[in-house]
Amino acid sequence: MAFVSRGFGGKRRVPDELEGRVPPGQYVEPGFPVLTAGTTPDVPVSEWSFQVDGMVAEARAWNWEEFAELEFEDVPCDIHCVTSWSKLGTSFRGVSVDALLEAAEPLEPYAMARSFGGYTTNLAIEDLTDGKAWVVTEHEGEPLPREHGGPARLLVPHLYFWKSAKWIAGLRVMDHDEPGFWEANGYHNRGDPWKEERYWTD
Amino acid sequence: MDRLAELAPAEQKAPGRWQIATVKEIRRETPRVKSFRLELPAWMPHLPGQHYDVRLTAEDGYRAQRSYSVASSPLDVGEIELTIDRLADGEVSPYFHDVLVEGDQVEVRGPFASYFVWRGESPVLLVGGGSGVVPLMAMLRHRRRTMPDLPMRLVYSVRNAEDVIYADELAEDATLTFTRTPPEGWDGHTGRIDEELVCEAAREAAVVFLCGSNGFVESAARLAQTGGCEPVQIRTERFGPSG
Repeated sequence: MAFVSRGFGGKRRVPDELEGRVPPGQYVEPGFPVLTAGTTPDVPVSEWSFQVDGMVAEARAWNWEEFAELEFEDVPCDIHCVTSWSKLGTSFRGVSVDALLEAAEPLEPYAMARSFGGYTTNLAIEDLTDGKAWVVTEHEGEPLPREHGGPARLLVPHLYFWKSAKWIAGLRVMDHDEPGFWEANGYHNRGDPWKEERYWTD
Repeated sequence: MDRLAELAPAEQKAPGRWQIATVKEIRRETPRVKSFRLELPAWMPHLPGQHYDVRLTAEDGYRAQRSYSVASSPLDVGEIELTIDRLADGEVSPYFHDVLVEGDQVEVRGPFASYFVWRGESPVLLVGGGSGVVPLMAMLRHRRRTMPDLPMRLVYSVRNAEDVIYADELAEDATLTFTRTPPEGWDGHTGRIDEELVCEAAREAAVVFLCGSNGFVESAARLAQTGGCEPVQIRTERFGPSG
């Protein structure tokens, strides 16, 4: 018989109207918690740039002004943190990774996102394309706060939020997969919240 | 730039599967905080600083899950201690505080994550705010039992006199500061952590562990850097909302 916690009723059940939006093991959090490993980098926009390099037809880089010339879109989404909170109905604004990768033409199926401050996270190109990922500079109509990755972060809402690297500096295209920071420190290689891919053995 | 990359990941074994632990002892630490000593049938040693996930299941299958830092030393074979702050609007922490009694069972899984862990580096500075002291206590306890002479200092910030977790275990290696109401007759530090409390200790530290709310960790990190620490020496854990 499955284990039942004696006397546990459940106080934060997901309301019916949100059925299907909260992955297993998650609860709805109205706020936007800050979770960062290490210190918070200070990246002035004058020093910010975004690069796509590695195994690509042509390495590309955009500084802040050049990036601002690209086509921006609003991204309404739900986000899911591996520490078990989900924030529903939030929104970001940024540039589709499709457009950024198209400019460089990836030749291989894997990528490593890297950040100012040294954070890394690995993603398959497949998880970054077809309208699934953005480089965003705004959250809910305001410039992205520094503690949430400002001036710019990666946004990959269909995966746990550690994949949405803050202070994004670029994507390196690779011919093999390789664990990033949290992936090397015990967390799942892909991190699909709907499959509860939290840790290595999931 | 590459400060995180310089931290070599630990040799980490795959964590355990879900297992049913038995509550062996419940100890009240403060009006809001209790420690729960759990016996694990498939225990494995953790690194001080690692966490376990806890999962509650209702009769109809509804589940709630949270992560809690281990407070005990891995020398406590077969057991872990979780110290849990009761959050009034929470779901899991009120269950631990209000429902669980000794002898009850609870599902746990771990240990997890190998970044915010102490592997014997020294000298070490630990800076904790409120229940942020919990993973730091695992480090302090483990050091006291394995390498008592190894330099490790704890700076611990709490609001009021009654909020001190592990009060009877804090010795000369711990410095307390009270941000609101200190105990009567207190002649030690009061107010938020400052240069005096953090900078000098940071100057001597090879590695600094900071744990607490985001705001607390941010100011502690600034102070550690003022004391001469490079970002690569500073490891942080920020307590998000939990409950």
